[in-house]
Amino acid sequence: MSTTVVNAETEGKAWGGGNQPLKASYGKMMMWFFIVSDALTFSGFLAAYGFSRFKFIDAWPIADEVFTHFPFLHGVDAPMYYVAFMTFVLIMSSVTMVLAVDAGHHLNKGKVTIYMFLTILGGLIFVGSQAWEWNTFIKGDYGAVQTKGGNILQFVDTDGHRVALRDFAVVDEHADRTQHESKSGLWFVSEGTLPTYTVDEVLHGLEANEHVLVRTQTLTAEGEKTVLSRAESIKQIKNNGTLVVEGANLHVNEYGSPLFADFFFFITGFHGFHVFSGVLINIIIFFNVVLGTYERRGSYEMVEKVGLYWHFVDLVWVFVFTFFYLV
Amino acid sequence: MAHEHKLEIFRGLWKFKSNTQKIWGVLIFLTIVTIIEVALGILKPEALMGKVLGMKALNWIFIILTIVKAYYITWDFMHMRDETKGLRRMVVWTAIFLILYLIFILLQEGGYVFDVYDNGYIKRDF
Repeated sequence: MSTTVVNAETEGKAWGGGNQPLKASYGKMMMWFFIVSDALTFSGFLAAYGFSRFKFIDAWPIADEVFTHFPFLHGVDAPMYYVAFMTFVLIMSSVTMVLAVDAGHHLNKGKVTIYMFLTILGGLIFVGSQAWEWNTFIKGDYGAVQTKGGNILQFVDTDGHRVALRDFAVVDEHADRTQHESKSGLWFVSEGTLPTYTVDEVLHGLEANEHVLVRTQTLTAEGEKTVLSRAESIKQIKNNGTLVVEGANLHVNEYGSPLFADFFFFITGFHGFHVFSGVLINIIIFFNVVLGTYERRGSYEMVEKVGLYWHFVDLVWVFVFTFFYLV
Repeated sequence: MAHEHKLEIFRGLWKFKSNTQKIWGVLIFLTIVTIIEVALGILKPEALMGKVLGMKALNWIFIILTIVKAYYITWDFMHMRDETKGLRRMVVWTAIFLILYLIFILLQEGGYVFDVYDNGYIKRDF
């Protein structure tokens, strides 16, 4: 059957690049292609965030005013310091990861173990910080009133400093409204947690406090939020205020457009999920290193592959950091 | 086994003796860039608030610094510098082309919707 054998004698000279034009192993190449597709997913989210932001370009929340907290420092205005810390932690864990990869090239099991451990530690610190950040964001700080049109009205004093609802709202002891529970009424109707104050209580507080003004979400030419006059403030709350908002969730957001909160939860949540799965994969690899699996295999390429994934997670955070907190 | 690493960054301006040294060098560089970003974000210098190509100059600086950071993470931490040209182009150009396309479409559309809200008799202030 020698006539049917097709042999173009291309072994080793198929084309300029040879038979392995990319000189990368199958696993590494597939990890790169996964990273490309995942990068496109994240870009989709971030571009959608950009779309919504451009749509409400004159009324978007100012990130500096949203993320002002630092753990254990209560009442201190610390915009962005904590996110900067988180960014640094993630970059640091990227460094320990690449050091682990490097130690793997030298088949140094001890060093790979230490660096993998430090990488996992960095990842856990980051996920923990993320959880804290979410918690602070959900709990909120000053509280605000939402209007019929879905706009957010915040409160400031005459110097422009934010005022919390708890500092001026006049509590009406007789207006107690208990939260509806399915056992005490219609079982098929549910109700979320009620806000601490009603709109009326806020209105009374506003009328009683001369120095409190309303701030709308519309941005001025200088990029600051518009502060209304005293008369206009009372009129706005009286005519348009429908709901007291404390903190943020998928429906309302005391800092401004609910879309901001939606995207925050979705994008940082999706990224946090990547970090979390990265930590799990790193732990698996860590135990394989400790058990000597790669030592016996004579190659630490597996560390290199999860390393690629881990660096990618860091890379995405660099962009999330810029577009959520800086720009 | 690909042990060979290109041990210089900034087009050869900064050379390193070993891969480990290069990693620390890149870390120092990334840290400096992050510190600059955070400092600018907190100070918000008045001089950078002017608009360049429809966006604040400060925001352009942030975006450029981010891309610089992304470059060094990909090239040195992910060892893209040491991969073949083919693999590098396959990954980087595909992503860059598609992302730019997506950003252009969505931001263009977002700006249009804003204009409709702004001039198109749609009342949102109530």
